[in-house]
Order: sequence, then structure tokens, then C-alpha cells
Amino acid sequence: MATTPAHRSGVNGPRAAFWRGARGALPFLIVMVPFGLIFGVAATEAGLDLLAAMSMSVLVIAGAAQFAALQLIVDQAPTLVVILTALAVNLRTALYSAALAPHFGAAPLSVRAFAAYLVVDLTFAASTAEYERQPAMTLREKLAFFFGSALPVVPVWYLATLAGAVFGRGIPPEYALDFAVPIAFLALVAPMLRTLAHLAAAVVSVLGALAFGWVPYSGGLLVAAFLAILAGAEVERRREAAL
Amino acid sequence: MTLDPAEVWIVIAALAVGTFLIRFSFLGLIGDRPLPPWLLRHLRYTPVAVIPALVTPLVLYPPATGGEPDLARLLAALATVVAGTATRSLFAAIFAGGSVLNLGLWLL
Repeated sequence: MATTPAHRSGVNGPRAAFWRGARGALPFLIVMVPFGLIFGVAATEAGLDLLAAMSMSVLVIAGAAQFAALQLIVDQAPTLVVILTALAVNLRTALYSAALAPHFGAAPLSVRAFAAYLVVDLTFAASTAEYERQPAMTLREKLAFFFGSALPVVPVWYLATLAGAVFGRGIPPEYALDFAVPIAFLALVAPMLRTLAHLAAAVVSVLGALAFGWVPYSGGLLVAAFLAILAGAEVERRREAAL
Repeated sequence: MTLDPAEVWIVIAALAVGTFLIRFSFLGLIGDRPLPPWLLRHLRYTPVAVIPALVTPLVLYPPATGGEPDLARLLAALATVVAGTATRSLFAAIFAGGSVLNLGLWLL
């Protein structure tokens, strides 16, 4: 990155980056609202009281892991199995943490800890896409964008859980709120498929999920992700070598 | 069905600590030490490698239909991907997916 000492490099400063992040993540509202509502309803139906449902959404903030834990609690699985399965579902965030480390590494530990709390699929995907588009961003701009992207996601997750837990049972099933989550994830990924390497990773990811779906405790997800990462990186390496 | 509140709180506490440590792992430990280029090359593909695998079973065997493949949901997923790759817009992709889903559920 070329920086001239006299001029500030970067892209319009942290304040603009924060609002760009918040605006960019605004479409996620159509996802977070139903997702949180469904979790609130599911948690009360499973027998969690309001405090437990809210504690889970605030302290754990991991939709997929929370649903997995809830399902296993209802199925009367042993406590240790509930915990390990839910953590396995969330292991993908370790990959996100690794991918964000080069961007946030120079920030103070407390800022990195707060950022770590906000690492979820949507904030991660929105931010890394932005950092690829705008490689000149400074550390503060990158952090500001990331925190901005959490604004329409994390507080909304809390509030939607609350609304679902309090008023939830009245939502008619024909709205198919269950499918808001897959649509959101696909909408995140589709614009990233702009190189052959990204496409290869996505295809291997889908095939891997189908081939290893039988592995218990969502182990198949991690195997598929690992193979897909190798595929993407290998295609990139070969195409670079061919140039 | 009776639920043991103590078990629920143990699960919540363990997940709160566990999910944070997983997310903090690399951000906390690595700091600004530079990562080797081969590792960065691999990390670039984490979102496209994780998310499709996460979504595939949800699209093909939706829990809401008891795991039976459902045409409206399949078409909605397809519309989302097509709109997302064509327009590169998150909003357009979500809008296309949501419209096709609701249209499909109404028609089919």
C-alpha cells in the first residue's frame, strides 16, 4: 500500500466508513428480523424463560449455534453434547477470526476483543467484501466499517429475539420465515463469485456438504469448508502461475 | 416436557465463553504479526467455502417441510443466486429470492 506521509491515505475517513458499513448492511434487516423472531418463538416453545432466551441471544450471538443448542436441549441430549455441537457449528467463526486478523491486527487488544464479539456471518462477509473492493482503507476505516455493519445486525438480533419471545406465537406459518436465512446467505455469497477460484471454492463447498452430510455434529460442514478453501487457493495459484 | 433450568444456564454460560474464545482466537493471538502469503491465499476463500456448505442442506432439505425438497424454496434459492451474480447487489438478490419464494408458495 503506497502511503505518502503528508497525505492521509484511505477512503474518506472512519466516520464515512462507519455509515457506509451500516448502510451496506441495511438489507440484512429483512433477514435479522425474521431470524431473531423465529429464535425467540422457538426458545419460548422449548421452555426457556424470557431471561434465558435473551441471555442466549446477547451472550452467544450465533444464530445457527443457538438453534442447534435449542434443538438438542429439546431432544434431551446430554449437556456436554449440546455444548460441543453448538460450538462445532460455530467453529467457522475461527476461520473468520483468522481472515480478519490481518485487517484488525494492529488495533489495541480491547478493540480486537470487542470486534471478536461482533464476528458473525453477516458482518464478516460485508466487511471482507468491502476490504477487497477498497484495499486502500486504513485500520480505523476498516474497524469503523466493521462496527457500522454490525449496527443493523446485532442490536436487531437482540430486539427481534425479544419480540419473538414476547409476542411470537401469532406469526402465520405461510410467510415461510424459515427460508429468510438461506436466502440471506446465498445473497451474501452470490456477488462474491466473480473469479474462477471463488466459483471453484463454492462448488466444492456444495459438493462437500452433500458428500459429508452424514458426519455427526456438523463435522461435515468443516470438512466441506476445508476442501473448498483448498480448491479456491489452488485454482488461484494455478491461474497466477499460468500468467 | 420439563426443562431443567440449571442445564439451560450451564449451556448458555458455556456457549457464551466458548463462542467468544473461538471468535477471539486469531484476532487475539496473532495481532499484527504478518501472516504468510500462502495462508492469506487460503483465508481469502473462507466465506465462499463455508457459506454454501452451510446453506446446501437448508435449501435441499428444508426443516420447515420436514426435510422434503420443496419446489418454491428451490426456485427461491436459484433466483437469489442468479440475481446476486448478475447484479452484484445484496439487496437485489434478497429481493429476488423473497419475491420468488412468496410467489412460489402462493402459486404452487
